[in-house]
Amino acid sequence: MAEPSRHEPASTGDGAGTAVATPPRQIRDPDDALAWYRRMVVARRFEEETERAFRRGKIGGYLHVYSGQEAVAAGFLAEMRDDDIFFTAYRDHAHALFRGSPPGAVMAELFGKATGVARGKGGSMHLFDVPRGFYGGYGIVGGHIPLAVGAAYALRYQGGDRVCLCFMGDGAINSGGFHEAMNMAGLWGQEGLCPLLVIVENNQFAMGTPVARSSAVTDLASRFAAYGIPAERIDGMDFFTVRAAARRAIAAVRSSGRPVAIEALTYRFAGHGAADLFQPYRSREDVERARGRDPILILERRLREAGLLDDAAVAAAAAEAEAIVADAVRFAEESPAPPAEALHTDVYGADA
Amino acid sequence: MPELSYRDAIRATLIEEMDRDPAVVLLGEDIGAYQGTFRITADLLGRYGPTRVIDTPISELGFVGAAIGMAMLGLRPVVEMMTWNFSLLAFDQIVNNAAKLRYFSGGQVEVPLVIRGPNGAGVQLSAQHSQSLEAIYAHVPGLYVVAPATPAEARGLLRTAIRGRDPVIFLEHAALYASKGEVPDGDSALPFGRAEVVRGGDHVTVVAYSRMVGVALEAAERLAADGIEAEVINLRTLRPLDVATVLASVRRTHRAVVVQEQWRLFGAAAEIAATIAEGAFDLLDAPVERVTGEDVPMPYARNLELLALPDADDVVRAARRTLYREPAPAGGRADG
Ligand SMILES: Cc1ncc(C[n+]2csc(CCOP(=O)(O)OP(=O)(O)O)c2C)c(N)n1
Repeated sequence: MAEPSRHEPASTGDGAGTAVATPPRQIRDPDDALAWYRRMVVARRFEEETERAFRRGKIGGYLHVYSGQEAVAAGFLAEMRDDDIFFTAYRDHAHALFRGSPPGAVMAELFGKATGVARGKGGSMHLFDVPRGFYGGYGIVGGHIPLAVGAAYALRYQGGDRVCLCFMGDGAINSGGFHEAMNMAGLWGQEGLCPLLVIVENNQFAMGTPVARSSAVTDLASRFAAYGIPAERIDGMDFFTVRAAARRAIAAVRSSGRPVAIEALTYRFAGHGAADLFQPYRSREDVERARGRDPILILERRLREAGLLDDAAVAAAAAEAEAIVADAVRFAEESPAPPAEALHTDVYGADA
Repeated sequence: MPELSYRDAIRATLIEEMDRDPAVVLLGEDIGAYQGTFRITADLLGRYGPTRVIDTPISELGFVGAAIGMAMLGLRPVVEMMTWNFSLLAFDQIVNNAAKLRYFSGGQVEVPLVIRGPNGAGVQLSAQHSQSLEAIYAHVPGLYVVAPATPAEARGLLRTAIRGRDPVIFLEHAALYASKGEVPDGDSALPFGRAEVVRGGDHVTVVAYSRMVGVALEAAERLAADGIEAEVINLRTLRPLDVATVLASVRRTHRAVVVQEQWRLFGAAAEIAATIAEGAFDLLDAPVERVTGEDVPMPYARNLELLALPDADDVVRAARRTLYREPAPAGGRADG
């Protein structure tokens, strides 16, 4: 479609569980869908392993895992072209994996090793893979959003039809930078100079604060209206729904050079970070209920219904994920720490 | 060698660099239709169009962040900060993104970004509009901090800044925009981290930058009338700091006065004084003197404002103190 639809509230918005039901549909490219299923299984397994490695003291600092949200990053990254680029925040492991960063290099980064995607100097919150168009994970909430707007501008300024995706959390929508950046995106988009797709990953919480307690208007997609940016809210738990929305939105952004936003309703199964052990802000039952709409299980069910997946294939995917993650951990463990000289490199480029 | 004002030197350099490299774009508040608060960007909108001369909303965080994103993709944005006072709204972007991206990406991205605009006190602009923020930025690894004192330096340092590979905090001084000086023709890029000895002398070293270089030179003239030969060093850049030039001079004169417009506590002069103490302690014949702005928000009333700012008298007295020709103030150091 040429123009994305204006925002229409799609649900009552009180959690991923109540988001719009998705009608059954045909699976266009079975091999590709299966490949994405396997990637999501790997990402989930990868995150479980990072939590374990954190407890073993192999991973330091903060660790924010993505479990529960996989369909969002998968759906959008599946529709990106190789030369497109994206930014996200600190919950970034799955984004790197889905974009094709080697799992070993991602794990090595978390382990603080020289072979990590950022040579051990960024850590979990700052994954980068610029050759693959991944312009970073960022740790200051909302701080990366203006960067993505400028990057989108640069893409058009330099010519061509590349687009920039910016993933952000529901909490980040209340940062000043978000509003300043969206206003500029709206303005620059009027000239066709802002090919930006903003994806609000509404996982219902910013740390322990639910959306309703941090946003005066909980229909987050509606907030883009103030900046003339068309936005819609989708079910972020269903890979096919996400992917279809991503395809439409990316096409619109690419052809128009104007920003579009999508609020994907999702849920974080794990704690906010590795230190969020008791999660006093929500009940076990809340999490269990959300797990009933596990994005991996939803995709699995659809693939089974389409006759593309059976028990043996599910088991094979799990075994494959197990092996990939075990290899990643082994690679990370065996990799050397950065040399002491690395302390002083990458502060400046060549001498001015 | 034409004579240019500091303002025209900056404007001419922007034009030269924009003509030379289409990756150079300008962003800022009222730099286009309004032509710039200090007219640095006069006529540039007409010359280069709105895609390269971008009038931004009043969103310092937003447009500095956007400029960083542009730089990461290979553009060379030059952001005009209407005055550096407003940069505090963009402080997170400058410190947490621009300065560190190269590092935490493991060298995968660079941020060739210049942020320029007036820093320091004007005339009766009062507390919120009369601040010298250089030490705050000079504290941060990953940034360059540049403070030209003359039109030639403004041109040479801006050229280096725009052609560089890292974020540059380019501190102009509003009180210098109309000042004139010879500006060499041709490619006159000045390297960062190279101070200039602007006046030779054997008795005391006076270290200054930006507007305070003129104040230091005026003081040196007066000291000379009294038989005291001051060596005046213009730092040009605070980060990198040309430690070698400062120490070489102090090792010869055995005395040092450091002059800054900004607040005294934790300021640039403190860093320079510490550097001198570390590198020339045995050769010092007197404590290093600091001449600084007063430790107060800037008052509005002109008489109070003048009291709050360092002037040549202050420098003369400090220099004389290092030579024990003037008593130390009762209760320790007080002037500034
Ligand atoms: C500017 C800023 N303030 C506070 C924090 C601490 N903090 C880290 S994550 C977070 C919650 C952000 O929530 P959201 O944007 O919804 O992302 P999510 O963690 O749910 O993925 C907070 C408050 C921060 N990193 N940066």
